[in-house]
Amino acid sequence: MSQPPLSEAAAIYASNPQRELPTRRGTELAMLGFAAFIVTCAFVLVQANQEQELSWAVVWYGLAYLGLFAIAHAAVRRWAAYADPLILPCVALLNGLGLVMIYRIDLANAEEATRAGEDFAADAPKQVLFTALALALFLAVLVLVKDHRTLTRYGYTAGLVGMVALALPALLPSSLSEVNGAKVWLKLPGFSIQPAEFAKILLMIFFASFLVAKRDLFMIAGRKVFGVELPRARDLGPLLIAAAVCLLVLVFEKDLGTSLLLFGIVLVMLYVATERAIWVVTGLSFFVVGCLIAYQLFTHVEQRVANWIDPLATYSDPGGGYQIAQGLFGLGTGGIGGTGLGAGRPEIVPESNTDFITAGLGEELGFVGLAAILVVYLLLATRGMRSALAVRDTFGKLLGCGLSFTIVMQVFVIVGGVTKLIPMTGITTPFLSYGGSSLLANYILVALLLRISDAARRPSQKPRPKQPQQQAPLAEAHTVMVQRPPAGGNATGEPTA
Amino acid sequence: MNKPMRRVGIAMITMVVLLLANITYIQVVKADDYRTDSRNRRVLLEEYSRQRGSIVSQFNGQVLADVTDTDDKLKFERHYINGPMYAPVTGYYSVRYGSGGIERAEDDILNGSDPRLFVRRLSDMVTGRDPRGGSVQLTINPAVQQAVYNLMSSKGYTGAAVAMNPKTGEILAMVSTPSYDPNELASHDSTAQQEAWTKFTDDPSNPMINRAISETYPPGSTFKLLVAAAELENGATASTPVSNAPNVKLPGTNTTLENYGGQTCPGTTFKDALAHSCNVPFATFAGELGADKLRETAANFGIGTPLSIPLSVAPSDLGEMDSQGALYQSGIGQRDVRLTPLQDLMLSATIANGGMAMKPQLIKSLLGADLSETLETFSPEELTGTPALSKENAAVLTDMMLASEANTKGGGKRGDIQIASKTGTAEHGTDPKATPPHAWYTAFAPAADPQIAVAVIVESGGNRGLAATGGTVAAEIGRAAINAQLGGG
Repeated sequence: MSQPPLSEAAAIYASNPQRELPTRRGTELAMLGFAAFIVTCAFVLVQANQEQELSWAVVWYGLAYLGLFAIAHAAVRRWAAYADPLILPCVALLNGLGLVMIYRIDLANAEEATRAGEDFAADAPKQVLFTALALALFLAVLVLVKDHRTLTRYGYTAGLVGMVALALPALLPSSLSEVNGAKVWLKLPGFSIQPAEFAKILLMIFFASFLVAKRDLFMIAGRKVFGVELPRARDLGPLLIAAAVCLLVLVFEKDLGTSLLLFGIVLVMLYVATERAIWVVTGLSFFVVGCLIAYQLFTHVEQRVANWIDPLATYSDPGGGYQIAQGLFGLGTGGIGGTGLGAGRPEIVPESNTDFITAGLGEELGFVGLAAILVVYLLLATRGMRSALAVRDTFGKLLGCGLSFTIVMQVFVIVGGVTKLIPMTGITTPFLSYGGSSLLANYILVALLLRISDAARRPSQKPRPKQPQQQAPLAEAHTVMVQRPPAGGNATGEPTA
Repeated sequence: MNKPMRRVGIAMITMVVLLLANITYIQVVKADDYRTDSRNRRVLLEEYSRQRGSIVSQFNGQVLADVTDTDDKLKFERHYINGPMYAPVTGYYSVRYGSGGIERAEDDILNGSDPRLFVRRLSDMVTGRDPRGGSVQLTINPAVQQAVYNLMSSKGYTGAAVAMNPKTGEILAMVSTPSYDPNELASHDSTAQQEAWTKFTDDPSNPMINRAISETYPPGSTFKLLVAAAELENGATASTPVSNAPNVKLPGTNTTLENYGGQTCPGTTFKDALAHSCNVPFATFAGELGADKLRETAANFGIGTPLSIPLSVAPSDLGEMDSQGALYQSGIGQRDVRLTPLQDLMLSATIANGGMAMKPQLIKSLLGADLSETLETFSPEELTGTPALSKENAAVLTDMMLASEANTKGGGKRGDIQIASKTGTAEHGTDPKATPPHAWYTAFAPAADPQIAVAVIVESGGNRGLAATGGTVAAEIGRAAINAQLGGG
């Protein structure tokens, strides 16, 4: 968890990239087995505590889980043999625990429904189905994206598609895009998706390729204002437009969580690309101003802030702190050791299997369990970051950094919201919470991370015809941009878009 | 590019550390506040699924309430034996509607959260047994409770009866009719529960009210015991002469106050006046004694002392008594005088105990889950510490009450038991002369060595309407209680 291994490892890879590296697929398999063991124990505990006999559900869910991750492991062996061995097991553990929790909440809701004489549709089987679909996508990404650098070619396409996907729910009539007051859906016949989940990855690809292409322009070409080099407006233009569109769209969709998430990602990627802290400072200042404006303009923002300051005070208001308060009650009831899986009452919290799934896990697994889950997320993200540090091309570095940061940022936004660290904004908990879009998107994210880590650790002994700089034509620009040209006199540096 | 990436890595770690610090604060520091918040249903639900302790009688350990195993999620369902009979005592215990009676008053013991059960809980934890609640042993004598309840419910009376051991204050019976079945509220079927609750609360006869302690009534002539005690303490004797006039004009008004039925009092002594319940002498006594003296005596009988047995008892009150006319009317237990049946019982019980009011109590002891271990036993306690009247005067008043009993009609009389009693027929309502009166009877027995004191109220004349009197309607019930306690019956 600490910092030194990161830099050490990076140093090794950087200084001696030719060394024959073990693939560590055996480690991955062992760790997957360990994750499966934990998940199985969790399943059995849930059933035991719910006073049901061990039913066939354990077997079916267990087999489905094992089958899915066996395929994932085989796919990694085949198409990303040198990928980091901990990334997939971390994901498997989180996904499995999420599945257990969703199954556990199903049991509680089913009982409630039988008592009230209503029909009940379980979510756990659907989540298994989503996991299967997500792994299919995961596989597709591993197979199709043989080298992550090919993605730079689709940078602007990805950006455009991402923005359209993001904007679509805002443009469509509510009947096609609104569920429970959040206008973030795309309701298609048969199923619904949240395009923002996918847009997030597309936009990261766009930002990464764009920033890599413009990196030197940002760093060199521009005016000095108060001792700070500012890039020229036309270089910054597409980025500013993209960021503004994202934010505007999200304001109209009332989806503060995704807005916050995207903002954080853009800021971090910009900072990493330019190595200038001033971007973070400027960004955060804009953010503060934006927050103040939003607080004045939108009542729902004001309400969220009031709920955040004291959810118990706004407990019974409509749209008040009831949900957060119930989540806190659950967390408090869990205490340090938790009530035990299956022995708590996580279903009391509204949305307990989506936004508030960590409240349920905190109740039943206690502080110890919730802390462990957060550490698994951190482990996952730091492994991703480590791969990003080790990979040799700047696009891979930037994309890997963005993907890894996204994981932690999502966790921070949602868990921080549930635990009253920051105002609550609706967002999914990666891999844990129920929902297809989130699962699908996050598996694509993990596939890309694995691809980057594979590239980082793959020894370059095979005489591949690879000259990274040439394969990324957008990045060529910097070889000619040695000196600051006279104002407005540079036509060669412009990319084709 | 690696340097800013490492910084981002540090930022990621910082974010997770912030989350960890925050959940430490929530789940470790603030956990108790959140867990015990009254809006946190989890605690309640957990409590409902714990094996709740029993409510038993101190007499041969008869069980009044226990639990039965169920196979739903709340593992135990409350079960009341003879539910309606004991409902005023046990109360109810409902997942949806909370609890009442002893169930509420001793909830900590019954649900097992009382610190005195801690040692037991520890051993349960070690032995892996589910924690269980402790039990509550009541002072109720099932024989008395049953005799009174059966009689009152079979006659369809609306009213209350309460009996206690005058020497210890132990409540032997507490009946309120019509009653309700708490089993219906304890059902785990939430629809059944809801229907039962609606049925009980919508019923105009208010079956869920414990009339013995939650309602106050004008005590009528039974209040004369208090006035008589004050008068005796003020120097009067049994032979003090009194007026036998059929009526008296209320000072400062044109209204007259008359004896029952407008008759002339058959005697001219204080003793005769109580024995025949003549109104005129007692109205005059009250007028002579004044409000302060009456209040002082009333206080020594317990009126005005906040009382929890541990069910909370509605306060009894003498009213303003701000004029002679009001005093006259108050002297015969009318006007603004309002007593709970329990307080009315304390009038005769205090006399039975030689003038000292004992604190009424419903709980004999608190027991561990398996009934073998005693957590706390309650011993008799004086209510105010100041006698309401001296031993000698108590003996004189007992003698007068024996004469009153001799003049009282009604069933249940037995030659072998000496009962000292006083009846009451209390007018109430907006048109008192046309409203059937409340019938009262308060008594203790045996007169020489009192074992039981009892008070009975039958609201609005029971089945006799306007012609009802304390003797004809209520006396029979009081005597049934006495007979049940003293054997035979």
